[in-house]
Amino acid sequence: MPSYLADQVNVESIEQHKYDIIIVGAGGAGLRAAIAASEGEQQTVAVVTKSLLGKAHTVMAEGGVAASLANVDSDDSWDTHFYDTMKSGHFINDYRVAEVFAKEVPDRVLELETWGAVFDRTPAGKIMQRPFGAHSFRRLAHIGDRTGKELIRTLQYKAIHQAVDVYQEVTSTALLVDGQGQIAGVFGYYREDGRFVLFRAKAVVLATGGWGKAYKVTSNSWESTGDGAAMAFRVGAELMDMEMVQFHPTGMVWPPGVRGLLVTEGVRGEGGLLYNSQHERFMLRYDPVLQELSSRDVVARSIYKENQAGRGTPHGGAWLDISYKPAEYVKAKLPGMYEQFRTLADVDITREPFEVAPTTHYTMGGLRVQADTCATNVPGLFAAGEVACGLHGANRLGGNSLGDILVFGRRAGMGAREYAAQAEWKQIDPATLEREAARVLAPLTREEGEQPYRLQVELQETMTTYAGMVRSQESLQTGLARLQELEERAARMAVKGGTRAYNPGWHTVFDVQSMLLLGMVIIRGALARQESRGAHWRLDFPEELPEVGAVNFVQRLSGDQIVIEPTPVPKMPAELARLFEHDRAPGVRRRAERNGEGRADR
Amino acid sequence: MSEEIIILSVFRGDADGGQEQEYRVPLETGMVVLDALHYVQTEYAPDLAVRWNCKAAHCGSCSAEINGMPKLLCKTRLDDYVGQVIHVRPMHAFPLIKDLVTDVSWNYRVAKQIPAFQPSTPAPFVMYQRDVDRIQEFHQCIECFLCQDTCHVLREHEGQERYFGPRMMAKIAEWDMHPMDTKDRTAFLKDVAGIPMCNVTRCCVEVCPEHIVITDNAIIPLKERVADVYWDPIQALFRRFRRPAKTPVPTEPSSAEG
Repeated sequence: MPSYLADQVNVESIEQHKYDIIIVGAGGAGLRAAIAASEGEQQTVAVVTKSLLGKAHTVMAEGGVAASLANVDSDDSWDTHFYDTMKSGHFINDYRVAEVFAKEVPDRVLELETWGAVFDRTPAGKIMQRPFGAHSFRRLAHIGDRTGKELIRTLQYKAIHQAVDVYQEVTSTALLVDGQGQIAGVFGYYREDGRFVLFRAKAVVLATGGWGKAYKVTSNSWESTGDGAAMAFRVGAELMDMEMVQFHPTGMVWPPGVRGLLVTEGVRGEGGLLYNSQHERFMLRYDPVLQELSSRDVVARSIYKENQAGRGTPHGGAWLDISYKPAEYVKAKLPGMYEQFRTLADVDITREPFEVAPTTHYTMGGLRVQADTCATNVPGLFAAGEVACGLHGANRLGGNSLGDILVFGRRAGMGAREYAAQAEWKQIDPATLEREAARVLAPLTREEGEQPYRLQVELQETMTTYAGMVRSQESLQTGLARLQELEERAARMAVKGGTRAYNPGWHTVFDVQSMLLLGMVIIRGALARQESRGAHWRLDFPEELPEVGAVNFVQRLSGDQIVIEPTPVPKMPAELARLFEHDRAPGVRRRAERNGEGRADR
Repeated sequence: MSEEIIILSVFRGDADGGQEQEYRVPLETGMVVLDALHYVQTEYAPDLAVRWNCKAAHCGSCSAEINGMPKLLCKTRLDDYVGQVIHVRPMHAFPLIKDLVTDVSWNYRVAKQIPAFQPSTPAPFVMYQRDVDRIQEFHQCIECFLCQDTCHVLREHEGQERYFGPRMMAKIAEWDMHPMDTKDRTAFLKDVAGIPMCNVTRCCVEVCPEHIVITDNAIIPLKERVADVYWDPIQALFRRFRRPAKTPVPTEPSSAEG
C-alpha cells in the first residue's frame, strides 16, 4: 500500500463527530426525520448525504402527494385511501403501516403548506387535487408536475432553519455496531478529498432511498444505489418483499440518452390517452373500468403485451397523447413534461403524441420496520421512505411515495429521538474501523483490475434482462449466476491511477457493491415467490396464489449466507378487514348510497 | 447511424491549476454534454470529476460553463454545436475543487441566514391561484446556481460578502410575496442580503434553465420595497398615518415553527 494511503488507515487520525442522532440521506424522508429529531428536548442531530442538499431523488417526483384532504371529492377519507393502498398492494402490505399512513398524511401535507409549500389551488382557494392511477378519488396535491421539488425544497429550508448540522457530499460506507449488534455509528468519507470521517451516534435513521439504478432502463437518479439497505443488511437487518420492483408504465423511449426518464402519471391524470400502433386505445381492453388510470403494474404489463403482439411503436412502446387538450392547459399543468420533451426529444407534447415504455421506478421492498417507530430489528437503527418496506406491498400507488416520506420520515425521527433519549454511547472496536478503512481504500491500491463503470453497466443489463418486468425460473436463475460471476470480478475492482480527491470512479465502486448485493436479494426473493402478484410477474406462475400471498419473504444474513424465510403477512383486525367486505371502496360506497345509486360512478 | 465524432475539450485540474484536455466522443442521436462526459469517464478518465444526479434538469447539480455560457450539462445538446469544439469548464464564480466540480457551500451558508416564512396562521390557507401564480414562478428554481455564477457582483467583483445573489433574491421574494407571510425582511434585504448591489443587468434571467424572470419579478419588486421604506420621503410621511402592511415581529410565534 502506498504510504499516503497507509497513513489514513491509522484510526486515531480519523475525523470524529458525536451526535445523538445521525440521519443518513437528505431526500424527503431524511429531511423530515431531521426536522422531527431536532424538535422538543435538545438532542444533537446531523444529516449525512452523499449529494448536495436538495438534490436527492425526491426532486424527481412529479405528479403529487396523495392525501385524503377531500378538497375536490368530499367523499374521500382515510379509510378509502387505506383501502386503495392495500388493494393495489395486493394485500401483502403491512396493514398497520398503511393505516398510520392514510390517517396521518393529510396533516403532513398541511404542515408543508404552513412551512411555505405552495400547491396549486382549487377555485375555492384550497389545495388542488388531481386524479391518479387506482386512487378512488382525486387525491394528489401538486404543484404542476414538480411536486417532489416543492417537498424537498420546503423541507430543506425548514431543516436548515432548525438545529440540524448537514454534512454534504459524504459517502457512508458502513454502519458500525457494538459487540451486541447495537448501533454505534456511521463510517464514511468526504467526496471532496476522500478523507475519512466517523460519526458516533446513539441512533441512526436510514433514509437512503431505493435501488432503481440497479436496472439499465430506469427513472432513478444516480444515487438510487441502495447503499443504506446494503449497509443495514450487512449488520444483520432484515430485508422484506425485495422481489417487488415497480416498473412505471411511462418512461421516455427516444432518443437513447433519455431512455427510462420518467413521464409523469400526471399526463394520464390530466387526461392523456394511450394508443398502440393501430391507433387503438388498448387500455379499454385490459381494464375497462379504470382504463388509462389503472394501477401501474397493469398499465406497464399492457404496454408490454401490445408490443409482444406486434402492436408497439417504432421504439418498442406505446403512444401517449394529450395534444387534444388546449396547449395552454398542458403547459400550465405539465410544464416540466413540456420542457423535457421540447429540449431533449424535439417533441411538442401540446401538438403530437409521444412514445412511452415501462421503466424501473421504485423498490417496494426494503428494510422491515415497525409501523409506529420505524425501528428495524437492529437496535438503534431506524428506516423511512423507499429504503423501508411495508406500505406499498406488491405495487405502489402513484403519490403514495411522497406521502410515505413525510409520514414515516417524521415517525422515524421521533422514534430515533425516543430511543436515543435512553440509550448509552456504544463502543466501536478500532479493529473494525481499520478493516473498513482498508477495504474502502483497496480499489485505489490495485494496479490492475475491473473497471467499476463497466461492471455497473453489466450489472444493470443483467437485472433488466433477467429480473425485470417479466420473470421466470429460468431467467432468474440465469440472472443469479451472472451476478455471482460479477461478484467475483467486483472483488477486484480497481481505480487506476486515481487519487482520493473527488474521484467518481472510486465512488462507483461502492455503488456497484451495494447494488450487486441487493440484486442478489431481489432475485432470491423473486425465485421464492412462485406466483404473479402486483409488480412481480412470473411467466411460469401467471396467477395470484392465495397460499403464496399469505407470506412476505424476509431475508437476512446468517454468517456469510443469505437466508430467506416466508413470514405470515400481518392479519388485519376486524374493523379494518370489514372495509373489504364490499367490492367498492368505502367512500365510493358512501357516495353511491347518498345518491341513492346501486353503482359507483367511477 | 454514422460514426460522427465530436471533440470535447474538458478542463482538468484543481485549485493549484490545470488545463483543458481533448477527448473524442462518438455522437449519438439526442446526446447531451453530460452523456459525452460519462463516455469520457468510462473510456478514458474514470476520475474525471463532474457533479450530476438526475440527468433530467430537475436537480440542478450539473452546472458548468459550455463554450463560455453557464449551462446545465444534462440539458445541453451536442447537436447544438455542430462543427465546433465543445469547451467544458467549471463555474467561474465558485472555488474550484476538481475538474468541473466547484465548492458551492457559500450558497448554503447564506440561505441559512434568510428569515424564514412566517405565516399569520397555520394551514389550511385560503389562497387563490391568481394570488399564488407569481410566487409559484420562484418555486421552479432548481438551485443550480447558474444565476449566481453569471452575476457580475459575485463573478467579477467577488461580492460574496456584500450580496447574496439572484438565487437568494428569488428565495426571499418567494417568502416575502407569499399572501400569508408576516415577516418584514426589508432591513435584512438592504443591510445583510445586499439587494442594492444588483444593477439589473438581467444576466441571471438569461442563464436560468427554468426561465424564471428573476430580475423583473423578484429583484425589482424587492428593491422597490426597500426604496419605499428607506429612500422615499413621501412614503415616509404616509407611514406616520397608517399601519405598516407587515408587522416586523408577530406577537405570537406560529405553533408550527419549531
